[in-house]
Amino acid sequence: MSSLSPGFHGRRRSTSLTDRLPPGQYPTESFPVLSAGPTPRVPTETWTFTVTTETGEERSWTWDEMLALPQEESVHDIHCVTRWSKFDTRWRGVSLDTLLDDVETTAEYAAVHSYGGYTTNMPLEDLLDGKAWLVHTYDGYPLSPEHGGPARLLVPHLYLWKSAKWVRGLRLTPDDEPGFWETAGYHNYGDPWREQRHWGD
Amino acid sequence: MPLPWRTARLVGRADETATARTLVLDAPGWPGHLAGQHVDIRLTADDGYQAARSYSLGAPADGTRLELGVEPVTGGEVSPYLADDLPVGASVEVRGPLGNWFVWRPEQEEPVLLVAGGSGVVPLMAMVRAHRQAASTSAFQLIHSVRGEADLWYREELGRPDPALDVRFLYTRKAPPGSTRPAGRLTAADLEPALKRLTPAGTVYVCGPTGFVETAADLLTSAGQDPATIRTERFG
Ligand SMILES: Cc1cc2nc3c(=O)[nH]c(=O)nc-3n(C[C@H](O)[C@H](O)[C@H](O)COP(=O)(O)OP(=O)(O)OC[C@H]3O[C@@H](n4cnc5c(N)ncnc54)[C@H](O)[C@@H]3O)c2cc1C
Repeated sequence: MSSLSPGFHGRRRSTSLTDRLPPGQYPTESFPVLSAGPTPRVPTETWTFTVTTETGEERSWTWDEMLALPQEESVHDIHCVTRWSKFDTRWRGVSLDTLLDDVETTAEYAAVHSYGGYTTNMPLEDLLDGKAWLVHTYDGYPLSPEHGGPARLLVPHLYLWKSAKWVRGLRLTPDDEPGFWETAGYHNYGDPWREQRHWGD
Repeated sequence: MPLPWRTARLVGRADETATARTLVLDAPGWPGHLAGQHVDIRLTADDGYQAARSYSLGAPADGTRLELGVEPVTGGEVSPYLADDLPVGASVEVRGPLGNWFVWRPEQEEPVLLVAGGSGVVPLMAMVRAHRQAASTSAFQLIHSVRGEADLWYREELGRPDPALDVRFLYTRKAPPGSTRPAGRLTAADLEPALKRLTPAGTVYVCGPTGFVETAADLLTSAGQDPATIRTERFG
């Protein structure tokens, strides 16, 4: 008898689902909340989103200015490092391509900053070419504070901690600057398909 | 170096409540951990199918011994198996320690308030035990919210008088006879006396189901506690 978890059967899933499931993940219907501290409450009246380049140039949008930009609806599978994945989540927001369109930069990295002090980092190219959005609507409703409302980043091809909640801006940087979880043991890049969960993965 | 999956043998299981269990595992090669950290547990079925979930470590590092506290969720894939079916003597795989943020280190000297909802008490118990083990004199308070007396975890250990720890139980459904506080969910009034004793620089750790953590963290910030001093861990 194998002594490894004898009698464990688990919940089999159809291959149509498992094909969409990165290694070590399980699908969930609910929408768990994970964050390191209290949920910041950010009124849209004072909300701004600011892109700062490596030369210190700034481009900011108020809530109304952001909503006046072209909006996109998109549907994604999202993957949390705590192992749940959620299929076909429906979002509305502004593509990062739109926000970064006329920003002059040669920086290769983005440091993402949030209300509440959270930070995360990624190569700038992971935010471009239709790969990332600043979203404010989830499943037809305004994004709730515990899920990052009024607005969060959405970078569905990376683990969800990169999709910073309560986002307030990006700093474009020539050098990579590991953020909150990246300095606390999480992988610097975070590709779910390569199971890059922790340092060294 | 990626963290390896290690084989860990179940060497003991004890009831905490009618449903929750403490599991003791022996994990050869375990590198040690900090109070508050968790592990990933991976189960493998005969045909190779695998499922993994996170579980907090309920006790400070002690050689290759790992203590978990599992509250089975109805219809859950992993937790009912761990709580009741995994035979003593059999093995699972573990990976860790994980999480370098929701931790308490013996060097920390500031007063601490721990706020636990149900099974959220597990990593906080590791902190209580680490604090005791280090003979730390920093002030520690624990507020443990449970449905009724029968749902109290670590009952005996937390019931023992301890000058270095101030414990308060809150009952949400059924208060025991003689309680002055009627049964009900955590309120600002429950936190007020604890916050009075916590200096502004004190750290608050909140752990439990998402709804509980959201409520507790909101109450704490509304009471003026600096959000930067509040660490949360949500069990999903
Ligand atoms: C950092 C961290 C630490 C944790 N520490 C602990 C701990 O110390 N102790 C502890 O007990 N837990 C802990 N947890 C929670 C734990 O990881 C699991 O989430 C929990 O045990 C449930 O897992 P499960 O596989 O039993 O349930 P799952 O199978 O994941 O199900 C979760 C819920 O979804 C429902 N569900 C799922 N699939 C279906 C379906 N197909 N149909 C209907 N309903 C469905 C289930 O009924 C259940 O209510 C921790 C979580 C994290 C992130």
